Amino acid sequence: MQGQFWIIQTLNSVAFGGLLFMLSSGFSLIFGLMRIPNLAHGGFFMLGAYLGYSLLIRGVNFWVAALLGGLAVGLLGVVIERFIIHPSNRILLAIGSFLDAVIFRPLGLRAFSGAWRGMIARFRGLAGNEQGQVLMTLGVSFIVADVCLLIWTGDPMTLPAPPALRRPLFIGGYSFPTYRLVVLGVALVAAACLYLLMERTRLGAMIRAGVDDREMARGCGIPVSRLFTIVFLLGATLAGIGGVLGGPILNAYPGLDTDMLPLALIVVILGGAGSLLGAFVGSFVVGFLYNFGIALVPDLAYFVLFLPMVLVLMFLPQGLFGRVQL
Amino acid sequence: MATEALALSGIDSYYGDSHVLHEIGFTLQPGHLLGLLGRNGAGKTTCMNTIMGFLKPRNGAIALFGEPVAGLTPENIARKGICLVPQGRRMFRTLTVQENLMVAALPVKQGGRRGWSFERVFEIFPRLKERTAQVAGSLSGGEQQMLAIGRALMGNPRVLLMDEPSEGLAPQIVAEVGRTIAQLKAEGLSIVLVEQNIKLTLDLADDIVIINTGRVAFSGRADQIKIDDAIVAQHLGVF
Ligand SMILES: Nc1ncnc2c1ncn2[C@@H]1O[C@H](COP(=O)(O)OP(=O)(O)OP(=O)(O)O)[C@@H](O)[C@H]1O
Ligand SMILES: [Mg+2]
Repeated sequence: MQGQFWIIQTLNSVAFGGLLFMLSSGFSLIFGLMRIPNLAHGGFFMLGAYLGYSLLIRGVNFWVAALLGGLAVGLLGVVIERFIIHPSNRILLAIGSFLDAVIFRPLGLRAFSGAWRGMIARFRGLAGNEQGQVLMTLGVSFIVADVCLLIWTGDPMTLPAPPALRRPLFIGGYSFPTYRLVVLGVALVAAACLYLLMERTRLGAMIRAGVDDREMARGCGIPVSRLFTIVFLLGATLAGIGGVLGGPILNAYPGLDTDMLPLALIVVILGGAGSLLGAFVGSFVVGFLYNFGIALVPDLAYFVLFLPMVLVLMFLPQGLFGRVQL
Repeated sequence: MATEALALSGIDSYYGDSHVLHEIGFTLQPGHLLGLLGRNGAGKTTCMNTIMGFLKPRNGAIALFGEPVAGLTPENIARKGICLVPQGRRMFRTLTVQENLMVAALPVKQGGRRGWSFERVFEIFPRLKERTAQVAGSLSGGEQQMLAIGRALMGNPRVLLMDEPSEGLAPQIVAEVGRTIAQLKAEGLSIVLVEQNIKLTLDLADDIVIINTGRVAFSGRADQIKIDDAIVAQHLGVF
């Protein structure tokens, strides 16, 4: 009995750590490169879970659902980055010319068309306004939460795990929850892929250069604004996949976003913004603290979780593997 | 008519509301080395940051071989062919030596000469070659300076900006950096060299610009200054 408790809790912890890694690796890269916490990241995770639910009840294969859900959330991430956080003048100009051609000109609104062009030319968006950008991501998270409430109602939805993985594994008289082992496996594969991308490709080196010194990276000709989009795509996709994978364990429910976001924040504070290794180690540390905290000292669970964060903030403000001063 | 490699005119730059550069103007001829001198806080780095696009000038024009570049983003300015060896070196400290060079590689520009490669950078800085896999943050100051120069060269610059490359280096390393700069100049690269080290600058420069509290206080040929010590005394104080 005692042995079974430890095994289950340990597996719960590592599986939850794996989910947290899916969530916080992208959160950390975005934080490191853009210097802003993407407060919509919990929303990305929740949206992934809900999308996964809708796909699964329509009979879509679990892994296909995870991939599709992740990609859909990834695309949403790109749209948010390109149109809201860093609206590029080029895209606005294209929209402007389009409106100009189909509405203003045919209607003979010459003056209006000129004013519109002038407005776009002067448009600065939120470039360099990091507080504005953070507030924008907060706004997006509210919108995502409300849209989810609208579509999927307030009732929790349980995502069915893949049928083959529902039965526990029995080894040496103990039972192991198969699905959680597989979640851990997927997270480890994702971690390995991310590692290769970040450490073994020119793109990854450019992202790391941007984390180290963004201005100087631009001065070396590195297209940092394109990296923003790539990192957002990557982070949102991983969070979305994480949401689908987490669905059978956590369920999809209103508030899943605000339950997950603080955990990602703790991971990044522990591990250091922009550090993949930090996100990896931080995720599993938080996974263990969270699970064992709830299992052993439920009244103090949050204390157990936040105490290390406070200590790190006080004594190691750059995190254990820190790259960027928060 | 020969176009200047780099021409600034009437540049006004601000940090927020504080007006730092006042109508700065100078020209760099192709293949020349222009020494930019000035006391601490005179605005030399601000001038480099403005050319590089880190800071957008409120007024004035900057032209690279006749092409206007003021107001472009730093990445586009770098791609047009202006590369910076920044003050304080600013390595990508968690990247290896090799990665620092790799991420900064840009294609050869039209009108540019033989392209730079890892091999050529390691040729002029053999000490970097022994440390390709070492993280830049763990290099010595002199090695970091070499890497900063190598990184800028990987961008295949048409104009190279160097902001106090001798700062904080031991005398024999300063001499080595000086020889490298002379070699780059001999290859025909157009260079703006910001320095506190007057002797080093006068040895290398064709032209000298002195700025004082954000204004051009002197502009002329280097040999003029060599003859007339009073100019140095007047604008730079005693060093
Ligand atoms: N980021 C900044 N924000 C506000 N003021 C600044 C900033 N950087 C520099 N300044 C101010 O602008 C002026 C010019 O500084 P700058 O760094 O260009 O001088 P410098 O000639 O490069 O000096 P040094 O020889 O010490 O490097 C100084 O008065 C400085 O205090
Ligand atoms: Mg300076």
